[in-house]
Parts: sequence; structure tokens; C-alpha cells
Amino acid sequence: MKRRDFIKTSAGAGLAAGAALSLGGYSQLWASEPTTSKYDMVAVMGGEPDAMFDLGIQELGGMGTYIQKGQKVLIKPNIGWDVIPELAANTNPLLVKRIIEHCFKAGAKEVYVFDHTCDNWVNCYKNSGIEKAAKSAGAKVVPANSESYYHQIEIPGGIKLQKAKVHQLLLETDVFINVPVLKNHNSTRMTCCLKNNMGIVWDRGYWHSNNLNQCIADYALYEKKPALNVIDCYNVMVKHGPQGVSKEDVVQMKSQILTTDWVAGDAAAARMLGVEINTVEYIPMAHKMGLGNMNLDALNIKRIKM
Amino acid sequence: MRSHALRTIRIIFSTILFICFFLVFVDFRYIIPAKYINILLYLQFIPSAIKFYGLETLAAGGFLFIIALTVLTGRTYCSFLCPLGIGQDLFSRIGGRFKKKFRRYGYKKPYTIMRYALLAITLIFTMIWGLYMITLLDPYSIFGRFMTFFAKPVIILINNFLAGILGRFDIYTLNKITVKGFPLGVYSIPAAFFILVGVLSFTKGRLYCNAVCPVGTLFGLISKISILRIKFDEEACTRCGRCAVRCKSSCIDFLKPDVDVTRCVDCFNCINICQDNAISYGLVSFKKKVHETDENKRKIIIGSILLLFGLSRTSSAQEKTAPKPKKDSTVKENKTSPVCPPGGVSITAFNKDCTACALCINACPNRVLEPAFKQYGLVGMMQPVMNYHKSFCTYNCTVCTEICPTNALHPLVLEAKKLTQLGKAKFIKDNCIVKTEKTACGACSEACPTKAAHMIPYEGNLVIPEVTEDICIGCGHCEFACPTVPYKAIFVDGNPVHMAAKKPENEQSDIKKPVEFPF
Repeated sequence: MKRRDFIKTSAGAGLAAGAALSLGGYSQLWASEPTTSKYDMVAVMGGEPDAMFDLGIQELGGMGTYIQKGQKVLIKPNIGWDVIPELAANTNPLLVKRIIEHCFKAGAKEVYVFDHTCDNWVNCYKNSGIEKAAKSAGAKVVPANSESYYHQIEIPGGIKLQKAKVHQLLLETDVFINVPVLKNHNSTRMTCCLKNNMGIVWDRGYWHSNNLNQCIADYALYEKKPALNVIDCYNVMVKHGPQGVSKEDVVQMKSQILTTDWVAGDAAAARMLGVEINTVEYIPMAHKMGLGNMNLDALNIKRIKM
Repeated sequence: MRSHALRTIRIIFSTILFICFFLVFVDFRYIIPAKYINILLYLQFIPSAIKFYGLETLAAGGFLFIIALTVLTGRTYCSFLCPLGIGQDLFSRIGGRFKKKFRRYGYKKPYTIMRYALLAITLIFTMIWGLYMITLLDPYSIFGRFMTFFAKPVIILINNFLAGILGRFDIYTLNKITVKGFPLGVYSIPAAFFILVGVLSFTKGRLYCNAVCPVGTLFGLISKISILRIKFDEEACTRCGRCAVRCKSSCIDFLKPDVDVTRCVDCFNCINICQDNAISYGLVSFKKKVHETDENKRKIIIGSILLLFGLSRTSSAQEKTAPKPKKDSTVKENKTSPVCPPGGVSITAFNKDCTACALCINACPNRVLEPAFKQYGLVGMMQPVMNYHKSFCTYNCTVCTEICPTNALHPLVLEAKKLTQLGKAKFIKDNCIVKTEKTACGACSEACPTKAAHMIPYEGNLVIPEVTEDICIGCGHCEFACPTVPYKAIFVDGNPVHMAAKKPENEQSDIKKPVEFPF
């Protein structure tokens, strides 16, 4: 049943995409009806961040697959650093904007964007270009700079992390879309889907001092999981991460990975970065805890080159 | 001039100016650009004089203008331009509500010995040892500290309350801000002055300005030769004494009748109260004493004092600490020198020129600056110092250097600031999580904007920090991010003299743009 579905829908989608491409633009994709296509992962290469997302989400059946009319959506990009978009320390603002537009098109009542930043939050929101991009698409850009925005939650089964304080909007929204940017990380080797959660919680210091890798894996146990992960690999910081020093740290990979499985997403991202998956310790940890599948060979991946 | 408009103009002008000063100091959203702040501060006497002394340029010559103004008009500075003076007027106005209007002030003898002694001591002390007395007594700086220590926390609490309400309606234009307290010791001086200035102005009008303030005393001396002053028409005057009881400076001897120009702050209240039109403000013509004592409403004052102390407590109580890691760090940070803000050039030079007005403390968007208690020694009490346990210096920011009214912090362009080494990061391996817990961390290197703090291979898959001191700028982000308690595993030791850091070098990575998916 699944295989049959897959063949049907992929053929259909392929035709649609091909037709759209031959018509000389992706706007048709944007306008076309959602299908019921289900891959474990869609990887897109060769386009601009917004166009790649249009294509990728189409393969997954459109944003309507994940959002029902009237729902509140949280989009959590990485806005951690006071750095311009070209240096790729933060998620690409164009991508964030496009995702928000898709959310509203799918009938979202409200879309929220925040990150618990590392640098001064006002500067991060502004200089990343994300605040402007998100607001222009109609989203609410919400502060996350004070502990009073955070609420205590329990993480049953966590080995090192049993409690955390998460931003109230994670609790108040219906759908959570994780939009990390792929980057090198000085200590964990890579930051992507799972590590992006560190911008949802208040007390990161606790993670750092209590087995960072285990805490990252433990947090993924928490019940509020992302409906979708959109990994920004357009500009990828391949060294000096997660903040970067200059443009020499960035390689333009013009890629994007969409997946519902964030462990798989991180595994694919590690490959993009040229890092051995097992050296990014939280990936095998999360895999063993049953939080996702890091064996990419076992997954149904749709690869698209634009 | 006998126009009643003089008083109205004074009130309108001073109210606007006071609001501007208030906003500059409590601007917790950092909306007001540095250039406007500089315009506002140009005419502040002491900061301008200090800046002029250091730079010798008329661009800092606001104080010359003030001297000229005083020669021409008397102590108008005290009523029109001094934020502390205007604040006192506000206080005495409130005080007046608690007192029968007609028996408030009245002529009193000047505290001649006290005020001239204070002025002389301040001058001599400043010439020999430096600005310390001025730091204590400059009215602008005192005002700045009142705003920083007492007004701003209240404003932030109000903001947080409103932000909380708006948040419930899904509106996020206001955001909550953690109220940051300072070390309790530094509250002592501003609190003592707040009580002194507050009580005196509440009950006795401008007594502080006429008995303590050295700037007021200096202007009083200059006023002896002022061209415009308050005059009496002795023919018209009926010696009713209304002017004397209305005089905030208690400087009108209505029996003579005469005004003590060394104490008169040109508030023009007397002109309006005089029913005989005998008082005017005009060109000098030449021509002096009775006693009254006041009782006051102590409860309100004690209440407000308690509130202030209570506030400092609540603000420090709000500093929530992180859950601790299993083991406490054991090696104490050996700080040989405090970290002085960018643009300070050297600690000694900075200490010499700063009057501790706290403007930079308020303007710092990262709130890393706090008034020093003992860090600089007694000489630098209340001057700004970097506290890297609470925050860090933002890489892309030069605000404090742009707004310093005394030029104690020299302006720095961003590129220069990014290469100004305030101190050097020191790594204490025995405190580091990677060594003590044998788990990954890297918080310091993650935070480092130049990668002076970077990771090198350690045991197994682990990496451990290492510091390249010559590219470290001492911003303190590593120290702030380090999760160990009570001692950090990496800290910034201040440079007594700021140095130039090397620019971090960076090479293009070998990793190429992929043509196929690697999975």
C-alpha cells in the first residue's frame, strides 16, 4: 500500500514539478493543490531558499499536511547570533519568510517566531534579517529574553535532563516547525535540528555542564515535537561554528532538507557537512533512545535537484 | 521685566528638559540615538568642563557658554538646565502640598562657611588628587545615579507589568526585562545623597544647592557680577513678605528689601507672588536678614527611603541562578585587574576623567556595565566596570564610547573597538566541565567572536578550550557563557592599559560546494 502510494504520488509530483519547471517558474507549484505524498525526507539542491522550500513542501503534500485551519503555529529558526545573513550563523530570513507564507496559506490563525539568542536579542532579531522578514509575512516576532517567558516542563525518561523551562509559546501553539540552519559546532561537531532546541529552553548552561550531548538527546523526548523540520543548508558554516568569524567560514551549498524525523534530519545534515555521524554524539544517542532513525539507507528519501 | 511669563517659561522649559534627561537615563529600549544625547549633555557644566580640559576644543566648550550665561543672567543654569535642580523643584512642589503654603520658606542666613569651604575643598582636592570630590558632588552625575539606581528599576517593573498584560492579548510590542540589581555596597552613596537632597528639597527648597553643591556656590560667586537680576522697587514695596515665604532659596530679605544674588536661582516665583508689582527681573542696580524653622512630615520620607532600600533588595532577589552542575569548581579566578569599558584607554586615565554619572551604564544594550564598588579601589567607586558574570560586551557595539559626556570613554569606531583588547581570557583547566565531568561543553568557544577561545583535541572524541591571547579582545562572552560555579573555568583578566588585539586570520575552507547529495 505504502509503496504503491509512493510510486503514484511521486510520479504525480514529478510530473507536476516537471511541468511547472518547463513552464519556467515555481509559482505554479506554489498555487497547486496539496497532495498526500509522504516521504521520510525530501532533500532539495540548487535553488534559492524560498524556491527550494516551495518544491520540497510540495513533495510532502503541501503545508496543509501539517497545519489545520485555525491553528497557531510556532516557527523556531536559529537567530542566535548578532551576525548578517550572509555569514549564515542564523537561519536564512528568506526561508523563514516563505515558511510563514505557506503556514498562512494553509489556514494558520497565527504564526509566531522567537529564539532564545546568545548575543543581544534585539540586535540578533534585527541584524539576522529574520525579524523584518517574519513580520513582513505577517508573523508575530516574540521576545524570549526574560526567564518570565518560560515555563517548567517535565521530560520523563530523560537521562540527564528531566526538567527544563521552555518558552510559553511552545506550549501555547498547536504546531511546531523547527527551522535550524546547518552549522559546524566547536564542541558537538554540528548543530542542526536537535541542537536548535537550545533556543527554546531558558537554562542552556545546565545542558553545557551536565553532559551536553545527552541533554540534547534527552530534550528530544519531550512530548511537543516538531511537525516538520526544515534544515537550511543554503549557506553552510563549515568551521568556526556556531558563530563564525568571517565569510571564509561559509560554503554555499544551496541545499535544503525537509523531514519529520529530526534524528534522520541531523544524520543527513552531518553528511552534508562531511562529518561522521557517530562523532556527533547526540545523534546515535537519540537514535538508540528511539527518537528517530539515523540510518539514512532505511529511509524513503526524495532527492530533487533544481 | 515684571512679566509673569518669565516663571511660566522657566517651568515649561525646565519640564521639557527634565523629561528629556529622565528619558535618556531610563531608556531601557535604547531608542534615543547617541547624537541627541550628546546635544542634551553639551551644556552640562562639569562634564563639559572635564571634556574641554582633556580635548581643548570648543566642541566641548558648553561650560564656557554657561559661565557667560551666568555672568549675564545669574544662576539661571540652576533653574533651567540642571536636572538635579529641576528635580528638587519638583520635590519641593510635592513638599508644598503637605505644608501650609504661607509658612514654608522665609529668609534665612546663608551657610557661608560651609558652602565656600566645600567649594574650596572640592577645587583643591581636584587639583591635587583628581576628580573624586567632583564625582561625589557634580549635580548632573548625582542626578544620573538617582535615575540609574532608583528610577530605572521602577520603570522596568512598570514595563514588565504592562508587557505581561499585553502578552495575554498576544501583543509583543513591549518585552519583559530582567531587573538587574547592583552589588548592595554601591547603593550606599546614591542612597545617602538621595536622602540628603530629597529631605532638603522636600522641606527647604533649594537648600542643597545653596549649602552643599559646589557648582551652585561657584555660580553664586559669578552671579555677584551678573548683569540681570531680581530687583525691588522700594517705593512700591509694602514689605508684606509674601515673596520671602515663596522663595525656594530663602534668599529674599523683604524688610530691606533685598535679594542675595549668590543664592537666587532665578525661578521668578517672587515676581508672580508680589501683589504690589514691586519685584522685577532686569539690569543691575545696587543694594540685605530674619529666622524661621520648619518641621516636616517624616513618615513619607522614611517610607520612601524604606521603599528604595526594599527596591534594591527585590531587584537583586530577581536574579535567578541556574541549576548547578554536580561538582563545584574549585580554582578561584585570579583577577589581577578589573576590566574597564572600551574607550577608557587605561584604568588610571579612565578613573581620572569619569564622574560616575552612570549614563553609559544605562546606555549599554547588554547591561554589562555596573557601578564599581571596590574593583578600582576607593578612587573609582561607582565608576562603570565590566561585570562578565552577569553579561558581556557586544562585539558590534560602541554605544558607551559615543555618549560619555566627560570623554573618560573616548569615541571608538566599530573597527577599532573590535580590535581593542580590554583584557585577556585565562583558561582554568581544572574548573572546566570537559576535564571534571568528561563531557562535551564548549560554551566559551561557541560565544567567542574572534575564536581566541577555541577547542583542541582532548581525550577520545572530546575537545577542550584553549586561548590565543593575542586575538582575544576581552569582551567576556566566554566568561559569561561558562557554566561552572562558583568559579568560572575561563575569565577575563583586565588590561590596566588597553592594548591592540591582532585581527583574527581566517582561511577558506577545503570543503567544496556539493554537486550530489552525500546521502
